[in-house]
Amino acid sequence: MIERFDPLQGARLQVLDEAGEPGAGLDPGLPEAALRAMYEAMARTRAADAKAIKLQRQGRLGTYPPSRGHEACQVGLASAMDRGDWFFPYFRDLGMYITLGYPLADHFHLWMGNEAGQRTPDELNIFPIAIPVGSQIPQAVGAGMAAKYRKLPIAVVTTFGDGATSEGDFHEGLNFAGVFRTPNVFVCLNNQFAISMPRERQTASATIAQKAVAYGFPGVQVDGNDVLAVYAAAREALANARAGGGPTLIEAFTYRMGDHTTSDDAGRYRAKEEVLEWERKDPLLRFRLYLGRKGLWNEAYEKTVQEEAAAFVEKAVADAEARPPATPEDLFSYTYGTMPPDLMAQLEALKASLAGGRP
Amino acid sequence: MILTMAQAINQALAQEMERDDRIIVLGEDVGRDGGVFRATEGLFDKFGAERVVDTPLAESAIIGAAVGMAALGLRPVPEIQFLGFIYPAFNQIVSHVARMRNRTRGRFIAPLTIRAPYGAGVKALEHHSESTEALFCQIPGLTVVVPSSPYDAKGLLTASLRSDDPVIFLEPTKLYRAEKQEVPEEAYEVPLRKAAVVREGRDLTIIAWGAMIPVARQAAEAAQAEGVSVEVIDLRTLSPMDRETIVASVKRTGRALVVHEAPKTCGLGAEIAATIGESALLSLSGPVTRVTGPDITVPLPKSEDHYYPSPERVLAAIRGLMEY
Repeated sequence: MIERFDPLQGARLQVLDEAGEPGAGLDPGLPEAALRAMYEAMARTRAADAKAIKLQRQGRLGTYPPSRGHEACQVGLASAMDRGDWFFPYFRDLGMYITLGYPLADHFHLWMGNEAGQRTPDELNIFPIAIPVGSQIPQAVGAGMAAKYRKLPIAVVTTFGDGATSEGDFHEGLNFAGVFRTPNVFVCLNNQFAISMPRERQTASATIAQKAVAYGFPGVQVDGNDVLAVYAAAREALANARAGGGPTLIEAFTYRMGDHTTSDDAGRYRAKEEVLEWERKDPLLRFRLYLGRKGLWNEAYEKTVQEEAAAFVEKAVADAEARPPATPEDLFSYTYGTMPPDLMAQLEALKASLAGGRP
Repeated sequence: MILTMAQAINQALAQEMERDDRIIVLGEDVGRDGGVFRATEGLFDKFGAERVVDTPLAESAIIGAAVGMAALGLRPVPEIQFLGFIYPAFNQIVSHVARMRNRTRGRFIAPLTIRAPYGAGVKALEHHSESTEALFCQIPGLTVVVPSSPYDAKGLLTASLRSDDPVIFLEPTKLYRAEKQEVPEEAYEVPLRKAAVVREGRDLTIIAWGAMIPVARQAAEAAQAEGVSVEVIDLRTLSPMDRETIVASVKRTGRALVVHEAPKTCGLGAEIAATIGESALLSLSGPVTRVTGPDITVPLPKSEDHYYPSPERVLAAIRGLMEY
């Protein structure tokens, strides 16, 4: 399917139009339970995102990068992944975490300022968040190289924003992936802004997807507010990667509905009308219309979904806030495999100082 | 076996790769070409292109890819062709390699051994001769290792490859073929984080590493002829530093002289001087003295002899300290 949407010809893969109507022959035909699970993950993501912003405003959570508007990208992509696949995230991936089953309490714990929240549970293949923009891309490629060397039939997914495509690590990583034909799926969440800088100021190329052509592998632009488009493209790219067919670049064309982070005010650099226009393309609204057409959505179901999402989020907040703070030992114990004498002395000094003794 | 340092490094890599199939060598020209200093010669034929990976010319991706390989349980050994070209990879090293264990509370580690030739003395081009080891010593989580002999090179590299911590393994270009030494055929470790007293003395302690060890030894021999007994400590692991060995020696000799190629300001000598000040102040008969490169850009080869510490400059500093 991907090859039918050539970014150099200006094509964009869209399964659902804004009325939730699937295009002819494009519906991936997912079973009802899978469709419902996707919608519920999107609803949970939106609820968790709104809660995180609220907690930040109340001083209960640190600086946080809102995800609203990205739910289709995140849930569509994560739903297409297998248990054995690996994920190298960037910092705006809430829906990925929720869909892949990362404990939301852990994720909140991290944004509340605790390293322990980034200790991925052993059964999940999720790398820590990359804050330095684009630096996760070559890492994901290395994981792909390792998967090839170990003959593991898995794919490695990495996400990043449109700003990251200006970084050297984007070029170096995709170039490696092309040369070594690694099982990578690169997913650019093109949300039109890198903080205040619009997409046009990141690259003069007409699409981000077409950059893949220069690296020698396929690229496709998909409607990032259409969860089934993201899912369909990702499923195909992942299957191709697992089967030894090499990497794919997916550009999910979307819009950052919120601020860059809770420290940002997007009103300084973009027009309200533009944001309102994108409200109409809301990924949850569109998927709801589709589910309604299939008889899978009604008001009663929506009420259940919202209640369940709220309970899920409240429980995660309660769990996260009940966690004990890091001890001085926690801060010192993971710098090296075994603590050098210098660090032991500095740890003892910190403890003595905390106990009110002389530093 | 009588080996050069380059051969000893090659042997350590070959033996550990034989023992542990998680070890992957990657970098520019490391495979078919065997590395520009021939340190990886023969590995490509022995272990194949999957384990000795000739990469595109991209330092950040070499280190970044190694981080990702480690996530899937491999133990990558990236080579940066010269230390002067490591800066594009600095983000990966500082933001990810050094802190991987900490930021995931131990779920992931980055047991990379990053090898890089460094230092002056081979009349190379601009950017090929610098000693920026102190940049890495400032970063928590990194282990910074510099061998000064073929025997130590093999043992320290073996220990580095077996370590779960990331190691910046700096190979002094001047010493790759400067001397040959008897090196045991079988694998062995020289412990990390442990300095060595390579020359015993009573009157003054020189603390040095890498290519400055032969310089310090020459100066020590010359001082001996003048009746001054000089101890020479080879730091070997620069960070975490073996402060105990330094302090014990200086407490005995009462005089300390640090010799390094790097610029003086914020060089590792400053940290060593502070350590001695904190722990051996009352044993000192004179100030901790530094013989280093000046705080200027490393000159091109025609002028490099003006820059690097020579045995004469070290001897002059020994005399100055003895007369203080």
